[in-house]
Order: sequence, then C-alpha cells, then structure tokens
Amino acid sequence: MRNMTMKWKFAWALLPLAGMLFVSSCQKPAGKKKSSEGALNTSSVAERVYVKPGEWDEYYAFLSGGFSGQLAVHGLPSGRLFKIIPVFSVDAEKAYGFNEETKPMLMTSHGFIPWGDLHHPDISQTNGELDGRWVFVNENNTPRIARIDLRYFETAEIIEIPNSAGNHASAFVTENTEYVVANTRFAVPVPQRDIPINELKGNFKGVTTFVKVDPETGRMNIAFQLLMPGFNYDLSHPGRGKSHGWMFFSSYNTEEAHSLLEVNASQNDKDFIAAINWKKIEEYVKNGGGKKMKVKAAHNIFDEKTQSARTEWITEVTMVDPREVEGAIYFLPTPKSPHGCDVDPSGEYIVGSGKLAAQLTVHSFSKMLKAIEEKKFAGEAYGVPILDYNATLAGVVENPGLGPLHTEFDGKGYAYTTFFISSEVVKWKLGTWEVVDRHPVYYSVGHLMIPGGNSRKPYGKYLVAMNKITKDRYLPTGPELCQSAQLFDISGEKMQLLLDFPTLGEPHYAAGIKADKVLDRMAKIYPLEESGHPHVTKAEKETKIVRKGNEVHIYMTMIRSHFAPDNIEGIKVGDKVYFHVTNLEQDFDVPHGISMIGANTSELLIMPGQTETFVWEPKAPGVYPFYCTDFCSALHQEMQGYVRVSPKGANVPLKITLDDKPIGQVIEE
Amino acid sequence: MKTLGRILMAAAGLLTLSLFIYPMWRIDLSAPQYPDPLGMYIHIDGLEGVEEHDLQNIDILNHYVGMKPLPKPGDMWEFQVFPIVVGAMGALALLFALLGNRRLYLLWFILMVVLGALGIYDFYLWLYDYGTNLDPHAIIQLTDEQGNPLHYVPPLLGYKQLLNFEVWSYPAIGGVLLAVGIMLSFLAYIIAGRKK
Repeated sequence: MRNMTMKWKFAWALLPLAGMLFVSSCQKPAGKKKSSEGALNTSSVAERVYVKPGEWDEYYAFLSGGFSGQLAVHGLPSGRLFKIIPVFSVDAEKAYGFNEETKPMLMTSHGFIPWGDLHHPDISQTNGELDGRWVFVNENNTPRIARIDLRYFETAEIIEIPNSAGNHASAFVTENTEYVVANTRFAVPVPQRDIPINELKGNFKGVTTFVKVDPETGRMNIAFQLLMPGFNYDLSHPGRGKSHGWMFFSSYNTEEAHSLLEVNASQNDKDFIAAINWKKIEEYVKNGGGKKMKVKAAHNIFDEKTQSARTEWITEVTMVDPREVEGAIYFLPTPKSPHGCDVDPSGEYIVGSGKLAAQLTVHSFSKMLKAIEEKKFAGEAYGVPILDYNATLAGVVENPGLGPLHTEFDGKGYAYTTFFISSEVVKWKLGTWEVVDRHPVYYSVGHLMIPGGNSRKPYGKYLVAMNKITKDRYLPTGPELCQSAQLFDISGEKMQLLLDFPTLGEPHYAAGIKADKVLDRMAKIYPLEESGHPHVTKAEKETKIVRKGNEVHIYMTMIRSHFAPDNIEGIKVGDKVYFHVTNLEQDFDVPHGISMIGANTSELLIMPGQTETFVWEPKAPGVYPFYCTDFCSALHQEMQGYVRVSPKGANVPLKITLDDKPIGQVIEE
Repeated sequence: MKTLGRILMAAAGLLTLSLFIYPMWRIDLSAPQYPDPLGMYIHIDGLEGVEEHDLQNIDILNHYVGMKPLPKPGDMWEFQVFPIVVGAMGALALLFALLGNRRLYLLWFILMVVLGALGIYDFYLWLYDYGTNLDPHAIIQLTDEQGNPLHYVPPLLGYKQLLNFEVWSYPAIGGVLLAVGIMLSFLAYIIAGRKK
C-alpha cells in the first residue's frame, strides 16, 4: 500500500520556518536589544509560547485583516497563522468571488464589489459566554455584516446595511446573540439625496441598525433601524448581566463638522455615549411601531446544501425614531471624542476612552438607571435626553497615558486599556481606578483582545495587543511594512510580553476562544452524498458534457490522481465553457485544484465532497491543458488533461474520454 | 455440574451468534499522513470501514500499487457462506446444550476448531492474493533488494510495515467472543463430565 502524498514533506519543510519565526521574535541582533526586554528571561518566556511540533494551541484567535477585507485565524499562544478566511475581498487562492458559487457573496446594492474593510470580529454567545458557533465581522466602507460559520471556517452570509455609511460601531453581539449591531460613522442624508455638503448639520443622520440572528441557523435579518442624530458613531458594546437589553455606542463629531474634522470635530469638551434600550424598541416594533421605509440592500447567503451563494434583496426596513419610544435612548456625556466603549464582565461599568482626554471615563450602569429615574438631565440633543455627567460617573482613571482607545477585562477585577500615542497597555483596577501596571508596545497599539473578552467570562490568561506601526521590529520589506500583534501573559500581577508576530493587513480587533469550544462541531469533509449542488457529479460514470447553443457545461470529477474526463473534444471558439468540478474524495485534507491555461479567472480549490464552477471562453483553436493545482498525491504532477478547441463552425463532435475510453454522457440540446 | 455444562454450552452458542452483530477481525493502517489510522472491520457478511469513508480511502491508496478494490459482499463466496455456517453452528450449540450430552459438546468443539482453522487459512489465502495479485499496469511497481516485485500482504495477526503504512491486524470483539465461546464449549465438556 502506497501513498506518497507530499503534504507531509511540506509540513516538515515548514517546521524550520516556524522555528525561524520563533527565533527571530525572541532573539534580536546584538546591540538592538530594547531596555524593556532586558529583564525578560528569554528561555522561560520562549517555553510559554512554544507549541511543540504536532501539538495544538490552546486558543483560536480571529484577527481582523482590516483593509485586506479578510479574517486571519491564528493560534495562541504560538501566534501561528492557520488560515485566512476570505470575507469581503476576493481571494484567488480559494476562488472566493471568482467561482460561480461564491460570486454572489460580494453582491451589494452598488453591484459586485471585490474589496472590503473588515474591522471587528465578535464570537456568538449563549448566556453571556462564547459558544463558538459563528464569528460576526463588519465591513466599514460599504456597510455590511458577515457571519462566518465555525463548522467550516467559511463565510456563510453577508448582509448589507442600508441607510448607513462607514459601518464602524459593529459587529458586536448581545449576550444570547439576539442581535448583532451596525452603526453609522459617516453621517449621511437619509434617504440619500442631492444636498450641499455644508448643510450637513441637522440634516444628516446616523442610522443605527439591529440585525436579528436566528438562534438555530444564525441567519441574519434587519429587525429595525434607529434614526439618530448625525454624529459619528464609533464603537459599541452590549450590556451584559444586569445591563443586558442595553447597547452602548460611542460617538465623536457631535459638532457635526463636515470638513477638517481633525480640528472641527475636536472642539466639544464632551461627546456622547449613546445608551439604547433595545428591549424597549423591540417591544415597540412588535406592537407595530416604526415606519416602513423602502431600501435596496443585498443579502447574500451561502447555502450549505447547494454549496452555492445567492443574493436576496432587502426592499424594506422598519425605521424607528427612538425619541418616540419612552425611555429607549439617553446620551452619556463622555470627554473628548470617545473611541472605545467597553462594558466590563459584570455589566456594571461602561468605559469611555476619550481619544484626546487625559483620563479614562467610567460610567456606572446602576447610577445611569438612578439618574434616569431621578431625571438628572443636563439638557438634550435633538430631543434625546443628555444625562448629567456626574450622575452617571463611576470613576475616572487619572493620567493613565496618552490617546486611550480600547479596554478589555480579565474577569479578575482588572481592566487593560491601550494608548495609541504613548504606545502602551495600561492595567488598572475596577472600583479603585488606580493604575497598577503598564507595559510599552511596539508601536502605537490600536485594539487589544483578551480571549473571551466581550463576554461575562473572559479567560484572563493572555492579552493580544494589535499594533499599527512596526518600524524596526522585523526584517524590513521596503516601504510597506506589516502590522503586528503582541502577546502578553496577564495571569500574574505584572503583564509580561511573550511574543510578537506579524499580522494580515491591519488587525483592528480580534476575538479569541478556547479551541475545544470550536473543535467539537468542526466538519472534516463535505459529505458527497448530502451534496445538493445543482451541478454535482457523484461518480465518474455520472460525468457528462452538455451543449446548449454556444454554452457548454462539463461535469467533471477529481480523485487521486486524475480528472474524469481528462480529454475533451468538440469545444469551439466562441463557446462559453462551464467546468463544474466535483472532488470525489471523502478523506480529510485531500483537496484538489484545477486551472486552465488562459482562463480569465482564478483556480478552483475544491475540498472533498465540494463542487465548484469556473468559466472559460477559449479564443483560438488549439489544444489546451488543465491541471491540478494542489499537490494532492504522489501522482499529482500527472493529474492533468487536455481540451481540444476547434474553429467556430467546425464539425468536431463533443467527446469526453478517460484513458481513451468514452466516459459519461454527451448531450446536445 | 450437568446444568453448569449446559449453561456454558448455551453461552458458547450465543457467543458464536454474536458474530451477526460484531466484527470478527480488524485491520488498521497508519502512516505519517494518516495519524488517525484508516481501518476496516471484517464481518461474516462483508467489510466495514472503522470510519464512514475508510474503505473508499483504502481503495484509493491501494490502486497506486495495483491492489484490487476491497471486496463487496457479492464479490466473495465467503460472505454468503459464513453467515450460514455461523448460524448453523450457533444453533447446533444451543441444540446440544438442550440435549445435555457432553460428547456432543466435544464434537462441537472439534468442529469449531476445524472450521476456525479453515476460516483462518481462507483468510490468509485472501490476504495473500490481495497483496500479491497486483495489476501489471500498477502506477507504482517496486522491487526488493533481489529485484523481486514487492508484495503487500497484510499480516494475518500482528504488525507489518508495508511501504509508508504500519499495518496492524487483530481480532475484533466478535472474534474474541467467538474464541471465548469455543473455549467454553470445551470447558462445558470437562465440567459436565465431573461428578458433583
């Protein structure tokens, strides 16, 4: 019995590479050692991030790829990269957005868009704890939310958010994944209309969206939208525990500037965190509240049964003026253009990180309720009550650093906040608001992530800081450098920097979860018998070639180590040839690929039991080879075939063969 | 002790009939690329993968060296005859237990030892044919140091390295129960002969 598949050889080849990464992150060339690392005992630190060859990491970490539009899957504590899940951008490697099956995933009301800006991953929850079923991510540029199914580590659904622009305060989930939220960073006219830009103030809106998630299937649907003042809504987090039912959104540019925002949006001493009681609005909508509004937005669903995506059009949403719902919305004044808006595991504290403030502001949920009850208002903005700053204030972390952005919690009473300008992570204590530790990062950290962070039960063992700037941290790669993640051990009193690894694109935020919560549900193959793909071929004898005018459909299979058919004749110049290719394998980790010389598209990379389709339009007579692109087996190099292309109008009959024997069916319609 | 003898003999029959539920034998194959081994169970009426797709995956690997596809139930007479023999011998054991004649116990024991030996010999012949009767157009044709074509006969019992695969062959639960049953019949013969 012989199987000489080369995969394992590659695996061995990669090991030294992993080793090099690891060594380069721990050992710096002499004379370049940074003082802050001088105290580290390198070997003991190395042991703590060293995952032996063949062993598995303890956590999955899903790092946003930012302007790459994709989601990167790393392991912690090793930092190793396992997969880049294509979400909002085409991916020629995986044919995402290129094959006929996934093209609809990138459909929008503006047409097909090959790129997106992926910002904030958040893992689905049950009872306030991560359940490992789905990861939700938002697209900032053309507002969308995607759901990644962790059975397959593939994008299962993308929903476009109408009436929004710059979907930044997203895609955070409530504690039973009732909703995933979206919000508007760039106020726009709603509905869109032709209006002078300098008439923004008072005329533009910031629409907040609550997307309902089906508890069984994960399927998303826009439940309702809120017509909010035209501020710039930046980030959000759900209430949890006692504050479950509320959602908190930070905002900047309450000045409603339309130009030179770096100055004009930095004038107000305080902007707002909007506290929204979504349970009240849900009730209001259930009782017929809100107005129907005509919209056009794409809802793209990858159907696992047909292994194909389709676009459904959203034509109507329920728009709610939150001011019409008693007690549904309040503004919490928060100093200086707050960015992060983070809720602690108990649901009591809401931390606002004023980007330009010299302090961190912590609001108390119970004080907020009391202030509402006692009507401690400091005025209103566009009819929304503004609560008195001192009435909701739990405390202030004084002089923590410069440029606070985001806060996460360890579940042991401490909070960790990133500071972009002073380039550090600062640990402080909830309740006493005292700073207990600080550690530099390299450089200019944006988000940070503690696995389990946005939940009632953070794991509290590691912290990942995601840095925008790397300058001299790695071997340079010309003007464009990678961004980075840095892993800290936070199990002790002092944070300890363990590891530093490059990331995909710009890691805005991340979500981490214990691996075993995901592993139980994971698929290893697509069961061929269950495939409902409209063009599946379940056995070699079922292969066929079908001509309908100048459209030719080839139903082809692949199994180690051949295609069936592998010789095809009767194709003519001017034909549009669809290759519907099924991988007949039912063994774990045996993908096959296919590509055709001159095809104006990507390869297909097909997993066991999957069917994918590419289109080829031959332009000149000849004989054209195709081949398997994934080193599948010992005879991978031999996995190849030919298509004969005859001139337009030629009389060459359709013919498909394997080993010179006819195979399958020839159908001329 | 006569009653105990009958009970043991009846147990021997039931254990034999357990082959209708449990597999007789198991063969596992592991390789660097197969850290979770592929495996098959041999039942009296056919083969079954340890995991759902194991038989297909074993066939895919075997085709490289020219081994025939694993037999389907209709491909081998054994899969028709074995159930009849096992059913008959099980029924016979129960009948003999009912009759309570210890010499019949011994007869059954001897029959089973003979049939078992024949079964194992037949199994060996199949393994030998499976591992040596290779497609002359096999993709991979290797020779040993003397230049003889390499064969891929799996072990009858125990371990053997076949190219990149480590192969283990051993009785599965049904085979173990059958062996226990045969021993019980002999024990029944001894015990039934003892005076209280």
